[in-house]
Amino acid sequence: MLFEWANVLVYLLVSIFFILGSLTLGRILRPHRPTPEKLSTYECGEEAIGTAWIQFNVRFYIIALIFLIFDVEIAVLFPWTTIFKEFKLLALLEILLFVGILVVGFAYVWVKGDLEWLKSIGEVKTGPAPGAPERAD
Amino acid sequence: MHNLLETVFSHPAVRGGAKIAFCIGFFVLALVPLLVILERRISAFMQNRVGPDRVNLPFINRLGGILPGGLAQPLADAIKLLFKEDIIPSGADKFLYLAGPVLVLVPPALGMIVIPFGSNIGGEPLQVAHLGVGILFTMSVLSVAVYGLAFGGWASNNKWSLIGGMRASAQLVSYELSLGLSILAVLMLSGAMDPKGGTVDPRELVQRQADHGWNIFGGGNPWLLPAGLGGFLLFFISALAENNRLPFDLPECEAELVGGYHTEYSSMKFSLFMMGEFVGMILMCSLMVTLFLGGWSLPPLFGALNGANEWLAGGSILQGLVSVGIFVSKVMVLLLLYIAIRWTLPRFKYTQLMDLGWKRLLPLALANIAYVAVVGVAASGGQP
Repeated sequence: MLFEWANVLVYLLVSIFFILGSLTLGRILRPHRPTPEKLSTYECGEEAIGTAWIQFNVRFYIIALIFLIFDVEIAVLFPWTTIFKEFKLLALLEILLFVGILVVGFAYVWVKGDLEWLKSIGEVKTGPAPGAPERAD
Repeated sequence: MHNLLETVFSHPAVRGGAKIAFCIGFFVLALVPLLVILERRISAFMQNRVGPDRVNLPFINRLGGILPGGLAQPLADAIKLLFKEDIIPSGADKFLYLAGPVLVLVPPALGMIVIPFGSNIGGEPLQVAHLGVGILFTMSVLSVAVYGLAFGGWASNNKWSLIGGMRASAQLVSYELSLGLSILAVLMLSGAMDPKGGTVDPRELVQRQADHGWNIFGGGNPWLLPAGLGGFLLFFISALAENNRLPFDLPECEAELVGGYHTEYSSMKFSLFMMGEFVGMILMCSLMVTLFLGGWSLPPLFGALNGANEWLAGGSILQGLVSVGIFVSKVMVLLLLYIAIRWTLPRFKYTQLMDLGWKRLLPLALANIAYVAVVGVAASGGQP
């Protein structure tokens, strides 16, 4: 079994060596003439406004949180599939209880609307913001 | 001479090295360029264009019209990418910018090692590493690929890339659930006809399918036919999303995100991203063939092919090569299906993508597991 893991290590080293080798070969062969314009961030030809390292939408975090719980569930279920035949009804009932708890949580998230990607933000006020100067045109 | 070869190949390190060389050399270095040209020629065919047909291999030059034109196009592309200037935007995070493409390419290539790509040659199973964790190893390295896309998108310090990277990470984790759950169902299903129960060992999975019938047809139990077919569909849809292929290519949609997470990548680093995508496709198709479509085995069709699978497992060099050929042709069929789907379907909206993943596929995958579990318990009489 240990020898099989040696195969994994050799495989990993060969693939990393291949990647680094091709990158180094490219570094030797290709030209390198940077100018400030070339190195600027691409933003459809305009000057880039600000940095991209901003806070992004909280919905991505929520998806990641729900994912984490279900991924742990999958990791727990993997060994269960191999012994399931041995314990039959007992194994089935136990796993139904375990998955059932998670399904209740999933239903809660669903009902609460965290799975909705499009969210209504309530009525949007139109017209000029209060205190904004009158437009000249 | 023959004896010398035998002595050399009796050493396990030489056998391991030969299998590693085949796995990297064929599944990564040979199949990827072939897929690139196939994809371009098939897309041209489907859109009534000519496509790249000018770059031919030197000396053999289409063998008098037998080979289609343009076969050397990927080679020309590789040379061009190698000589192109590499532009790293001045605002980028240098380390993560390099780590992105490496983390996209290495995990899918590493995932191939537990896949049995043939029966055996002289008793040596054609599988790079026979690990105790089996399919679980592939699942775990697949999860790492998310980091590559997220790093690449974030480190570029470009708004398009950031949006692409965020979309990619949310999409990949969402569809990984239905992918993992459909793998679980098929592992349980494989235990239906075997007293030992389910298994995570891919070699054992293929052997059982050779003996009892493919898992897509229920692994020999007619009651499990809907679970096999349904599980295959779930896996296939999730695999399309995991590979960022159309109709799920929102992380890199050219029309609105200018390439998404690889907007700022050029030269070799860009080609690593592209190779990673294709190796990911090859890995997903190999997984599908191993889990559902019987690996290197032929379907036991009403007894007509009885004995064919025993012959394939015979162990001579010819039998081993034929089994590898069967495995590779199944993978190629699935890859062609991938390409055909890409050039047929339009792209989803992000809200549709999330709805499909969380509200349709995830409950269906859970129901699939429950169905297989109930049938399994009912078939064995229910008593512990």
